[in-house]
Amino acid sequence: MTERPAASLREAALADLDALRARHPDQFRTDWSERLRGAAVLAGIAGLTAYGLWTLDFSLARIFHGLGRLGGFALEMFPPSAAGRFGVFLHALAETLGIAFLGTLTAALFAFPVAFLAARNVVPNPFARFAVRRGLDVMRSVDVLIWALIWINVVGLGPFAGALAIACSDFGAFGKLFSEAIETCDRRPAEGVLASGGSSLHRIRFGLIPGVLPVLASQVLYFFESNTRSATIIGIVGAGGIGQYLTELIRVLELQQVAFLVLMILVTVAAIDWISGRLRRAIIGGSR
Amino acid sequence: MRRLTPLPPQRAADLVGRYAAERAVARRRMLASLAVLAVLLVLASYAAEVRPLVLAGNIGKFTAYLGQIMPVLRPDHLGTDLAEWYWGLPKWLSLLGETLLMAYLGTLLGAVGGFVLCFVAAGNLVKSPAIRFAAKRYLEICRTVPEIVFALIFVIAFGLGPMVGVLALAIHTTGALGKLFSEVVENIDMKPVEGLTGTGASWVEIVRFAVLPQVLSNFASYALLRFEINVRGAGVMGFVGAGGIGQELLVAIRNFYYSDVSAILLMIVLTVFAIDLGTEKLRHRLIDGEGER
Repeated sequence: MTERPAASLREAALADLDALRARHPDQFRTDWSERLRGAAVLAGIAGLTAYGLWTLDFSLARIFHGLGRLGGFALEMFPPSAAGRFGVFLHALAETLGIAFLGTLTAALFAFPVAFLAARNVVPNPFARFAVRRGLDVMRSVDVLIWALIWINVVGLGPFAGALAIACSDFGAFGKLFSEAIETCDRRPAEGVLASGGSSLHRIRFGLIPGVLPVLASQVLYFFESNTRSATIIGIVGAGGIGQYLTELIRVLELQQVAFLVLMILVTVAAIDWISGRLRRAIIGGSR
Repeated sequence: MRRLTPLPPQRAADLVGRYAAERAVARRRMLASLAVLAVLLVLASYAAEVRPLVLAGNIGKFTAYLGQIMPVLRPDHLGTDLAEWYWGLPKWLSLLGETLLMAYLGTLLGAVGGFVLCFVAAGNLVKSPAIRFAAKRYLEICRTVPEIVFALIFVIAFGLGPMVGVLALAIHTTGALGKLFSEVVENIDMKPVEGLTGTGASWVEIVRFAVLPQVLSNFASYALLRFEINVRGAGVMGFVGAGGIGQELLVAIRNFYYSDVSAILLMIVLTVFAIDLGTEKLRHRLIDGEGER
């Protein structure tokens, strides 16, 4: 039923095309400057891509050869099997979760007071704020794996170094996010506390913290999710967790066990996502 | 002025009692969550082999390490000291350029992959649940497996080099951007789509003329954000032999070439800063340009 009018509208429009063009010249005009700009941007992107492909030694032969080998690997991955090391893997997985949990929590605890120092409505002095913010940025822009390498020098190989590494890189991220949450917080409770004679500490405790706490908690949970992923790779440099086994097993091409580990990681990450998603909704809903 | 009349004592006591009861419930809930948190903390510390004593004993090493990697810079020999600190500048700069190119290509290829898949994964454009389910699960796997794990496998399949890093970044980016893109597509205004469907346009024509104009600036903004993240990711690809500056940094840290560590780290941090600032400007312009229309 609906097909016919649509088709006839299209046919009528096509038959009447020249008249339509004459009646609505603006709709049919080509904006050449816009087109040229678009073409220039596209050409720039394409040129840089070609240069990149050329400098980074992309070759079709290598890709095809590698894809063949990858196909072979994919076949060898089936069926995934733990080869009797399920207990060991489970222990490593617990270690991974421990690293993610401790790292996130430590970062949140340390970032909480610092974030107030970086918030415009708490510290009006722009220079102090600028210094705190840039410090946080530096910590954030150093990757977790680099932090792990540095901490291994201090506390030795093992999961503890991993937890400290996650704590350091998240400290920067949390500091930034928390301070943004504090800045966008409702001003009125804070003003009310001041007006009823509270000190500026009272203002923070009773005017700001109750408002931002649910937001911060949900951000912390979100980071815990993403840190579970980071914690799986931190073993690549020797900082504990399931990544250590993953690296070793990939290097010696025990692909059935690799597939098993990847499945374990996928299931765990999905479970954590689900739990923390529910918790986050409960926290945000409860604050209303 | 009218005086406030105090509540009758009976009613006041009632209200105070109810307030205290509410507070007690809130406090009990707080204590219960703190207890759960404490139990989890102990379990996690046990699993992660936390050794506070080792940390306390060796924390001096951390500050000492930071001191050691600082370069020697004397005001009267500043030029020569700087030259000595950055002795490998040409090599490092070319590696840094390689890292940026890797991030660029990885983002671009990943964005193209995510672009193609996002329309297939969007609930409002594809009616077949089977196709949508397949596309969504594929994106999820790409996103959940960290890029460095892809790099580890690809290094064995394709051999060492930056190409592997690009492929690993591209696959992970496909997953991350595909999901974000498809969420943007699911939130579009459906009226242009209905209009084009009414004139008998094909699926590709609908996507091109009804969906694309609405989503393009958002797509570009997300891709730029991903580029920032990928610059960081590309910086550590060298740890597994997948190109970029990471390899040099790994060698410097492992072999205790102290001043090299700080030199390379500083270069990475400054680059990340510059990229962050640049993309933020660009993204604001994209979003503002959208607002003017």
